[in-house]
Amino acid sequence: MTQRIYVPRDAAALSVGAHQVAQAVAREIAARGLDAELVRPGSRGLFWLEPLVEFDGPSGRVGFGPVRAEDVPSLFGDAPKAPSLGRVEDLPYLKSQQRVTFARCGIIDPLSLADYEVHGGLKGLRRALEIAPAEIVAAVIESGLRGRGGAGFPTGIKWRTVAAAEGAQKYIVCNADEGDSGTYADRMLMEGDPFLLIEGMAIAGLAVGATKGFVYIRSEYPHAFRRMAGAVETARAARLLGPDVLDSGREFDIELRLGAGAYICGEETSLLESLEGKRGQVRAKPPLPAIQGLFAKPTVVNNVLSFAAVPTVMAEGAAFYRDFGMGRSRGTMPIQLGGNVKRGGLIERAFGLTLREIVEDYGGGTATGRPVRAVQVGGPLGAYWPDALFDTAFDYEAFAAKGGMIGHGGVVVFDDTVDLARQARFALEFCAIESCGKCTPCRIGSTRGVETIDKILRGERIVENIDLVRDLCEVLRDGSLCALGGLTPIPVMSALEHFPEDFVRDAVAAA
Amino acid sequence: MRKPGKTLAPAPFDADEVRRLAEGLKALDGALLPILHAINDRFGHVDERAVPIVADVLNLTRAEVHGVLTFYHDFRRAPAPRHVVRLCRAEACQAMGADALHAELEKACRGGPVLVEAVYCLGNCALSPAALIDGKLYGRLDVAKVLELART
Repeated sequence: MTQRIYVPRDAAALSVGAHQVAQAVAREIAARGLDAELVRPGSRGLFWLEPLVEFDGPSGRVGFGPVRAEDVPSLFGDAPKAPSLGRVEDLPYLKSQQRVTFARCGIIDPLSLADYEVHGGLKGLRRALEIAPAEIVAAVIESGLRGRGGAGFPTGIKWRTVAAAEGAQKYIVCNADEGDSGTYADRMLMEGDPFLLIEGMAIAGLAVGATKGFVYIRSEYPHAFRRMAGAVETARAARLLGPDVLDSGREFDIELRLGAGAYICGEETSLLESLEGKRGQVRAKPPLPAIQGLFAKPTVVNNVLSFAAVPTVMAEGAAFYRDFGMGRSRGTMPIQLGGNVKRGGLIERAFGLTLREIVEDYGGGTATGRPVRAVQVGGPLGAYWPDALFDTAFDYEAFAAKGGMIGHGGVVVFDDTVDLARQARFALEFCAIESCGKCTPCRIGSTRGVETIDKILRGERIVENIDLVRDLCEVLRDGSLCALGGLTPIPVMSALEHFPEDFVRDAVAAA
Repeated sequence: MRKPGKTLAPAPFDADEVRRLAEGLKALDGALLPILHAINDRFGHVDERAVPIVADVLNLTRAEVHGVLTFYHDFRRAPAPRHVVRLCRAEACQAMGADALHAELEKACRGGPVLVEAVYCLGNCALSPAALIDGKLYGRLDVAKVLELART
């Protein structure tokens, strides 16, 4: 039997030399005349082990990592020069996870529809084609799935609104403008299991009566864009997309669009403007995109991970998905661990894991070996958490109750060299750089905020200026049109609240 | 459909080519971004002289095209130098010393053929610091590695 050898083609793996490793593996197969095939899956999401090379064995896949290209020949002999990991599935990091959305990522050949089906793909879409659109919507509502982009709005309710809206043309729009620092799950999924996203969007189309979908992918993700383009082409050829989806007589097709480097286009109304060929400026709501979205037609806008969860809901049933999780946070959440951490990677688990388990048990502490001082959760608009709050459970409500948010699931670790006053300044600076300029609090307030923090850092009237920052944050929170201005106060206020000593440090040193 | 990452040698401005690119994509819904991407890719930037041509093809005002062109960070208004390092300056990379890396790079590259630009997140947050160097993604970078990659 032909042996399969796996070297990821995920962008992160490639960024540390996976391509050179794959070439070396191919050379070795040829030189030794082996009956072996090189497969290029996505990543398992165990990034500290990349490039990770896996060999099919009698008891499953055994891995080596990180592997350097020059070590590859030794992997085929008795004395491998790269760390031997044994059965990859048995690595505690992976074994303890509940991979539902990411069940296939890093395992299958991402562009092989046959591989996708062998591993359970298309079951959800086939089921959706058997039942009435209203039943699809009901199942998604019952599953408890909430938008994984960050806002956490119930996906099924959104779909029900679009299904009920009048309109000859409706649209499905996938938000793949994953701009939050510390997040990469959308990228991994598009690169490692693109048919899952296509299947999820097709199910959404059936549910609400939309025949056309767009995937808006940020330009910082060239690999994901190419992989998706290949998958859409294959899906059309296999009649999974097109005028007659899987011979059902129903129509659904997908077009990919590339962003142009604007963080704000991750905001749904701004994304719609951008898709229409305009400046990515936020729209006032109402009307909701579900009623008047793309080209003023009823539109479902969901994140990559929300669509990708739907095939499981359809294939395994709403109860299967809902049984994961806690409280009102149902299902699994792909948590993305990064920054200054020893073992950064993707952790898909039911909601409810504590921040400490994520950072210490999975992450193993900082990469620099220094103590963890702060963790930012939920991207650039998320709170900075101190050790005292690390026992908070990963759950929409539990995080909100402590002044933070889980957002898109990014967890960024900082060691004790971090200066939280500078991080607060950066939050405001980022808001100033990325503001679309439509509303005044965000456009002007962010710049005034940077100036005021600069004064604090220079030791000028610290108490008064901190009051001014707090006041400004209130204006931003209450007066901004969208989440960029509205949530920028979260990192700023959390830094002020949990790390006040950093705002007086320079003044103390100067005194 | 544009495939990002494809590198064509930047060409001198060619009005006919701009019109041809715009005409070829104008049937798309919301065609302006795909057209600007195509021009940016073909010429390495979007020349001021392309604006009225695109406006004419799409039946938009020049102001509308100018507004979109200047809103997005990706569209260059002038030719880029030979090598571009788009260094991630966002939080995950900050946690791994991206600010210091940026300062050192700026110093090392001043006046040379390597342009250092900021980008906010490349989705490589577990292998920070990260950068796109001439369109290719790299992780676990330091100054020596960036300079070696950018100069080859």
